Amino acid sequence: MSTEILLQQCLIGLANGALIALVALGYTMVYGIVRLINFAHGDLVMLGACLALSLVEFSGLTAAGPVTTWIGIAGLVLACGLFCGSLNVLVDRVVYRPLRGAPKLAPLVSAIGVSFIFMNVGLFWIGPADRSFPPLVPATNLLAGDRLQFTARDLLVVAIVVPLMVALTVLVRATPLGRAMRAVAQDPVAATLMGVDVERVIAATFFLGGFLGGAASVVHGLTITTIGFQMGFLNGLYAFTAAVLGGIGSVPGAVVGGLVIGLVRALSSLLVGERWTGAVVFGILIVILVFRPEGLLGRRTVDKV
Amino acid sequence: MSERDAERPVRGRRSGPFWPRTRTWLRRHWDLAALALLAMAPAVVPALGGALGGQVTIVFISCILALGLNVMVGSTGLVHLGIAAFFGIGAFCHAILTVPTEPFRWSFLPAAALSVLITAGVGLALGAPTLRLRGDYLAIVTLGFGEVVKVSLRNLEQITGGMKGLNPVPPPAAGLRLGGVDLGMQFAVDPRWFYALALGVLAVVVVALRRLERSRLGRAWMAVREDELAAAATGISASRVKLSAFALSSALAGLAGCLYAACLSTTADPNAYDFNRSVMVLCAVILGGLGSIPGTLLGVALLVGFDTVLAPWADAAIQQSGINPGGSMLLSFSGWRLALFGFVLVLVMRLKPAGLMPSRRMAAELREARA
Repeated sequence: MSTEILLQQCLIGLANGALIALVALGYTMVYGIVRLINFAHGDLVMLGACLALSLVEFSGLTAAGPVTTWIGIAGLVLACGLFCGSLNVLVDRVVYRPLRGAPKLAPLVSAIGVSFIFMNVGLFWIGPADRSFPPLVPATNLLAGDRLQFTARDLLVVAIVVPLMVALTVLVRATPLGRAMRAVAQDPVAATLMGVDVERVIAATFFLGGFLGGAASVVHGLTITTIGFQMGFLNGLYAFTAAVLGGIGSVPGAVVGGLVIGLVRALSSLLVGERWTGAVVFGILIVILVFRPEGLLGRRTVDKV
Repeated sequence: MSERDAERPVRGRRSGPFWPRTRTWLRRHWDLAALALLAMAPAVVPALGGALGGQVTIVFISCILALGLNVMVGSTGLVHLGIAAFFGIGAFCHAILTVPTEPFRWSFLPAAALSVLITAGVGLALGAPTLRLRGDYLAIVTLGFGEVVKVSLRNLEQITGGMKGLNPVPPPAAGLRLGGVDLGMQFAVDPRWFYALALGVLAVVVVALRRLERSRLGRAWMAVREDELAAAATGISASRVKLSAFALSSALAGLAGCLYAACLSTTADPNAYDFNRSVMVLCAVILGGLGSIPGTLLGVALLVGFDTVLAPWADAAIQQSGINPGGSMLLSFSGWRLALFGFVLVLVMRLKPAGLMPSRRMAAELREARA
């Protein structure tokens, strides 16, 4: 096998991994703050993709020129981000918030319930069959020569994912809200005593996670080009795996985990065949967790009686 | 006061009048009473000889699966998201040992026994390296394991038949004649035979688990669930206790798998053993009340019963009534199935966060935690 093929798969894997990372951030941020595996997040992304599809069909963006298209895509990202973010906050307010003091598994089951409801909404929205997403961005190669492919779609992924991640990092590291989020993640009670409005921070976290998921849904539609009401499950599973792999609760961990999963998927489909990728990804996950239970970038916690 | 006394406050009233005693017994053992009623049902409800019998049998088998999961999640507090994988391993082992296209062609009992042993072994093999993982991380490892098993079952076509699955799995007692009646044929023709078999196995499992719950091992499970460090400090070997829970829950899932394959006479395709089934069973256990055997049975009866009995019936009823001539999804019952399911889960958790019928111990702990 030549180096080019290997390099090509790495490129594909990284682009895919960036998308996974974007969804993984939604899992990891929510988990870091409220210790909830938000099973509905993958299906939230699916609903975002449904909205994106409806908006594209409604606005006739497919017939627009290149400049309008890119502006339109930016608008799509914003609209789907706001939609998913607000929906996520709403769900938290209505479903998870009353369960804050409940047994640990009660919110988990509620999240599974919400995911079923979302799936049903998606079913009515776009129908039971897979739908193809209009290819707004052509898959033309941007590199000279035809040995390596780096398409306009890959560029789109980078153009959407990297700024969002930079913005998120700045927000978490350098703003009062970010400081409050880190404080709540560390110890909600102490944060309350310091005057942090914990419920507001939780709502903000759900909004941010949902916003990133909404952006991811647009990227998904434009690069993978098919969407269906059941897509949330598998994408959510991979994203969630990425979050755990990187160390759940850790923002850079989710990014690293997403990229690793993307690379592993691409390379294993090259080396052992497409149909074994699922087994390889989860096999590696099990091995990593057995030897490093806190994930790649997670912090080790000590038990107290 | 020892735990035994706390669990059975009415022990001393042995000599009371008949009805109050029966009432107390019913309140404590209503699940056994329900099983007894179900055992009599085929004589009264002729519909059980038709498709309904097969559907109810699936509910019984799911009960066994859920009771297995309850050992891990409810009693021992280990979150398990891959129980369907063990269900699938049991079903496929049983099929490999019995179908005519594979070389073994064992009869039902030895095949089932070996399959259960194998699934228990796989459970131990997964449990041993993951003992030090806690909470959500263990959940992810079991989830990942479930996916690995599903993908493997799908792709090892020479052994598992790939997407076609393995069939025909012969019924129990195939070829056995009793007074001129071919029992195997009876199993194949009349669903009431499987109904009785599954119900019988379920009853044995329920009684055994009830005994086990109060045994030394059962109390050790709960101690580890409450506080692993404290349990270890009192001399309980936490890893042994957890491993036993792993093995038992896998074995029960494997047993359910054997019955499932034999009942459908096929393993079906590997997607029948995917994450969805694991989640469904987990939801049933939590909905019913973690750690509570009657609660688990109730949860399965509600969720799986909804899916396998009520949904097909309601769809057929809507079709017959002619409300939905265009076949629109909005007017069919199964179009709303997911949302209904989701609303039930959300509402029950909102109103009864400890489940519909929590075990006394869990309920007490919850009150304590709130106070």
